Amino acid sequence: MTTTAPKNGPNIGAILIISIAVAINLVIAKLMATWSYSWFPPQASSAAAYVDDLFALETGIGSFIFFGCTGVMGWVLLFNRAGKYDESDGAPIEGNTKLEIIWTIIPLVTVFAIAAYTMNVNMKLQTLGPKHKYAIGSDPTTLVSVDPSADIGPIDVIARQWSWEFVYPSGVRSSELHLPIDQRVNLRLISEDVLHSFYVPAFRLKQDIIPGSIISYSLTPTKEGRFRLRDAMFSGAYFSQNQTDVIVESEQTYDGWLKATAKQPLRPGLDPGRPLYDRRLSRGDKGWATVPPAPAPMVNDPGDPSLPHDA
Amino acid sequence: MTSTNYDPRILKAPHPVPGAPDNWKRFFSFNTDAKVIGIQYIATSLFFLLVGGLLAMIVRGELITPPADLVDPSVYNGLYTMHGTVMLFLFLFPILNGFNNLLIPTMIGAPDMAFPKLNAAAFWLVPVFATVLMGSFFAPGGPASSGWWSYPPMSLQNPLGHFINGEFLWILAVALSGISSIMGAVNFVTTIIRMRAPGMGFFKMPVYVWTAWAAQTIQLVGLPALTGGAVMLLFDLSFGTSFFRPEGGGDPVLFQHFFWFYSHPAVYVLVLPVFGIFSELFPVYARKPLFGYRFVALASFGITFLSLIVWAHHMFYTGTPNWMRHIFMFTTMLIAVPTGVKVFAWLGTLWQGNLRLNTPMLFCLGGLFNFIFAGITGVMLATVPIDIHVGNTYFVVAHFHYVIFNTIAFGVFAGIYHWFPKFTGRMYYEGLGKVHFALTFIGATLNWLPLHWAGLLGMPRRVASYDPEFAIWNVIASIGAFMLGVASIPFILNMVSSWARGPQAPPNPWRAIGLEWLLPSPPPAENFEDDIPTVISEPYGYGLGHPLVEDEEFYVRRSQEA
Repeated sequence: MTTTAPKNGPNIGAILIISIAVAINLVIAKLMATWSYSWFPPQASSAAAYVDDLFALETGIGSFIFFGCTGVMGWVLLFNRAGKYDESDGAPIEGNTKLEIIWTIIPLVTVFAIAAYTMNVNMKLQTLGPKHKYAIGSDPTTLVSVDPSADIGPIDVIARQWSWEFVYPSGVRSSELHLPIDQRVNLRLISEDVLHSFYVPAFRLKQDIIPGSIISYSLTPTKEGRFRLRDAMFSGAYFSQNQTDVIVESEQTYDGWLKATAKQPLRPGLDPGRPLYDRRLSRGDKGWATVPPAPAPMVNDPGDPSLPHDA
Repeated sequence: MTSTNYDPRILKAPHPVPGAPDNWKRFFSFNTDAKVIGIQYIATSLFFLLVGGLLAMIVRGELITPPADLVDPSVYNGLYTMHGTVMLFLFLFPILNGFNNLLIPTMIGAPDMAFPKLNAAAFWLVPVFATVLMGSFFAPGGPASSGWWSYPPMSLQNPLGHFINGEFLWILAVALSGISSIMGAVNFVTTIIRMRAPGMGFFKMPVYVWTAWAAQTIQLVGLPALTGGAVMLLFDLSFGTSFFRPEGGGDPVLFQHFFWFYSHPAVYVLVLPVFGIFSELFPVYARKPLFGYRFVALASFGITFLSLIVWAHHMFYTGTPNWMRHIFMFTTMLIAVPTGVKVFAWLGTLWQGNLRLNTPMLFCLGGLFNFIFAGITGVMLATVPIDIHVGNTYFVVAHFHYVIFNTIAFGVFAGIYHWFPKFTGRMYYEGLGKVHFALTFIGATLNWLPLHWAGLLGMPRRVASYDPEFAIWNVIASIGAFMLGVASIPFILNMVSSWARGPQAPPNPWRAIGLEWLLPSPPPAENFEDDIPTVISEPYGYGLGHPLVEDEEFYVRRSQEA
């Protein structure tokens, strides 16, 4: 390790080793960045590619830093271990101001660059519209200006403990969210009990739903399929059951579904917490306290949770 | 310490008395000796590490299969809430206060804390709120079960309507913990500023003392916000106010600001002293001065300052406007700079060192390895669009366990082994220590590394059941968690048997440089008593060949003769 170099000249051996190590590290970083795309569900909205690209970029930079730092640790573990009876001291280096300034500036520039780039990406996503407060009990839907750039909507997304309900502008009510592909849709997120979160991993989008506020939210699905919509903000006893599906379909199928569903009578929709609550009651209401599930929403299309989802 | 001719009245003395006997009873009394209080804190918190670990293993037992089949979901929610609360408020905060008590006075050459009675009172609040919190398991309706964030309005739902309920006791316990922490913080900060040994300017202080100071400053600034939020929450819950109740016109999101204004910096309250432990131990076991001591010391306050202006990164998906998201993204990413300074300085310290891989050093190296990883996922989480996808998923759970367990608890274990001989006067068993490290490192990696992928695929946190596609990651994680449970066995065995009948420890078994190592093991009640050394050098002078204090031979000799 301690190669003796002439004082006035670059240490060729050290430079060579460092260059090779940096080159290997760059290759690994690139491979990690490429690999990172496979860690996600399919890209099913216009936002997804941006998120995955940013993540790959940070995986690449992060891998370079991680393997660089742990490579140093590995090197000292291999070559700088003291022998069993070796009580001598290491090289008495107290610091190196130049090096310390460099490793302050480089991370500073790196995070500034990442943040600036992310701001740029974030401005393109433009999903979040205005948020209006309203008094619980009044009708929030009268308040909100709709997203003028949206092709579809507004669709009201109503989250409850523990069910989802989707109300289309035509009055159709559904337990699953049907959306046409490649059209910007405007949603109005509403909760009347506790916090919930509208989260579709395949869309890479998440927005909390706040009781007492109605939030305008827009997105564009870009891939046909059946995707999981999960409540991502803890909402009580049967929180983990509070899931449904988003069905992205062609415009014709979507229109056909809307027309056919409008003719269906209202009936109880998906109420995924109910079976567990009933099981609990049948076992003598044991367990710790919970509020009972809200009554199942009355919908035209109760959906079919047993169908397999794509992501 | 000989207990020959002491006056029996000193047993009842409210302050440490030189020559007072060593007996086990002092650990169960309102003792004002910081070293006794330190051990009281550490023993109490290790007990609660076991409690929190047991809760974690039930949680991981539930999650080893996709459906909710082990316990009722309502019970699951209570268990994970209590797991988080116990680990934070009854394990990590108290154990680091234990370190502060043991290390601050001995490292700066003070006889005790500035306010010994306040110090003892701060400790004795721990068993009080621990009892309140544990008692909440028996409250009607069970313990609090809305997560350690306790976000309203969920946390305000009181299904059975009892005045005394789990949530009520939880808020009470958290508020008492806050009071205890503020009492501790006042004490530590005062002691550090006012009671340093002659010659010990701020830039001759060990980095542990710097980091403890930086951390306790956060407690003083941030805790009032949380306590205020908790009081409002209590009023909403029990007295019908509507600070956060939307049906009364309140705003639930306001609570999140109060909560995170303290609770994000709280992570730095925990991690800063661990940075201090790393900075103390790497020089000892690499036999080198700490690389860039002044930069490392000052970076602590850089972290303190930045930690207070990042809280809204927990709220990127609550409807915060873009300008706010961008500001908090910037400030959050900036924290990578002072922490990067520290990481690079530790690597610089290891470089060309003469490494000795005993248990404390292994835990330090493992902790540093994990921390580099956690720092990278931290920057990912600060990136707004990525956070919008992975926020509130298992990616976050994996990230913060990489910080809180794989870094902070690793540092805590390193510190326990390193200073065990100093404060118990006994050596621990190296073999058991290494087994403990190996099981902990492998278990922790199995436990939390796979969960990053579960989160990227979209598995929300806090779920009692999940879709089958996440099963593989959860099975591996549960195996890792049970392994961590097994890892506690060699640790407990080591601590108990070493303290009872381990070999006598010399004053300075690691040939370390620092005032605490100039004291006998264990140090007498008032540390240096009347002969406080005068510090003449910066700390960590390994290989530099100059003494730390004036007349160093005298202190070395005295410590060996004691």
